[in-house]
Amino acid sequence: MSSPIKFLAQKHRKQTAIIAVIGSIYVLSSWILNFDNFSGFTAVPKAFNWLGVNFFPTAESVELLPRIWQKLIETVALAVSSTVVAAIIALFVAILGSKATGINNYVHVVVRGIASFFRNIPLVAWAMILLFSFKQSDFTGFLALLLMTVGYLIRAFMEIIEDEASETMMALKATGASYFQVIFQAVLPQIMPSLISWVLYMIENNVRDATLVGILTGTGIGFIFDLYFKSFRFDAVGMTILAIIIVVITLEVLSNQIRKVIL
Amino acid sequence: MITRGDIQNISGYKKPQPPEKKIKLRKFNWSRVMIYLVMIILIAITGYTLTHLDTANVKIGEAMHGLVMTLNQIFLQPKAGSDGVMPLLSALGISLLLAIMTTVIGAVIGFLFAVIASRNLTNAYFGAIIRVIMAVIRAIPTIVWVLIFSIVCGLGTNAAILGLSFHSIAYLTKAYSESIEEIDETTIEALKVTGSKFWVIVFQAIWPTIIASLVSWTFIRLEINFANAIAVGAAAGAGGIGYQLFVASGMSFDFHEVGFIVYLIIGVTVLLEFIAVKLRQMYTTK
Repeated sequence: MSSPIKFLAQKHRKQTAIIAVIGSIYVLSSWILNFDNFSGFTAVPKAFNWLGVNFFPTAESVELLPRIWQKLIETVALAVSSTVVAAIIALFVAILGSKATGINNYVHVVVRGIASFFRNIPLVAWAMILLFSFKQSDFTGFLALLLMTVGYLIRAFMEIIEDEASETMMALKATGASYFQVIFQAVLPQIMPSLISWVLYMIENNVRDATLVGILTGTGIGFIFDLYFKSFRFDAVGMTILAIIIVVITLEVLSNQIRKVIL
Repeated sequence: MITRGDIQNISGYKKPQPPEKKIKLRKFNWSRVMIYLVMIILIAITGYTLTHLDTANVKIGEAMHGLVMTLNQIFLQPKAGSDGVMPLLSALGISLLLAIMTTVIGAVIGFLFAVIASRNLTNAYFGAIIRVIMAVIRAIPTIVWVLIFSIVCGLGTNAAILGLSFHSIAYLTKAYSESIEEIDETTIEALKVTGSKFWVIVFQAIWPTIIASLVSWTFIRLEINFANAIAVGAAAGAGGIGYQLFVASGMSFDFHEVGFIVYLIIGVTVLLEFIAVKLRQMYTTK
């Protein structure tokens, strides 16, 4: 009879312990980081009040719209192109490196290591390193996004190939198909929907990251944002943010619709 | 004489005709059309962008040579440089704490919002409003949030914490509510029949069912937040290892130190990934 009571007591204790651990992590970090909880959270409504007053686009900032729009389109194009190029590279590498289609296990381990390496170097580091050699240009932003995306996509594609294509591959191999026939007739058609879905996801992500890269390397929408922000033209900043919101949400809705059709 | 033709005539047997058309190997479907369409559009955009890219007249060969030299300094000769090892380690700790703290805030508040926003738990209108607000918050990049908050509470960790938390809340609300919506309706109905209150259903039925995906989403966000904490430090001067990285690479051009910092960061992210994988295994085998 005592077992349910014991079980509940144990569960209760476990829950309390977890809550205590999370709470103490929070308190400890806010103490170390000097985070003033009270003024921190009262800053949120203040920030929004301030936003409502100062960020409201005025007639002047509406005139800037064409320029903002052009930079934004440039940024989206940059995000798309870096993702597509990264996807093409990643697909080759993933086919060579995955357990199902790869050359051998050594290559698999090496490819995984390289992918993890590229993925884990922060975007900031890529942007700053490339800025030093390639100067302030769109090409720098393109390369920074490309290198980062390659790391993510290699891992994703390898996992997709291993998860989704193994069985079809086996079936085709049994009929005596050659390696390239297997790749082009079984693996690629099988993984295409998931592959496109990942590419779309990375494009969304890269549009957001392109803003960060833009602030650091002085290109695209990030540059415009930084420029207005640092010269205190907050109505123009508000306009820029509004434009970013519209574009990002449009992309998200669009890629969700595409995903619904292809998956 | 009975010929072959006679037999065929009598028995009504006809030689099998080869099918006129080839066997269709592929059925027409919209999915395939969509895939080709998306591919063509994406490649067209890429082609256009790459041929019209502004390269600021940098000679690629020279730049590549410079890049190789820099990479050599970064990855083969990392040194702590003028800042010393201890300050860099403490900066790394601050970035990591920033990531952990904002993930905790994001997870707690995000879970509450996710419960309210899920279609199978609350009324549709309320959920829809929250989902739209969260989508808007998510659309604004983290760095922009930090800069917005820095106007009100000044540049520094306060702005970084608020900015990172905001984006985390919106991200985790979406992730959690998607996991909640995948729950089998019968589990919730079974508890409703017993007359359980709303929060009892949440913590006795929903919480245990989705705990695995909750943990894995939270950890994914922790990894993202660590990367964001670095980015915020660099681009908004909010402190931590990101700021050191920015100073070393953009002001003092000490690429040996950049290398050291990059290795520190890679160490932490690999550790986080390792913990995430282990945790996921723990919850999925249970």
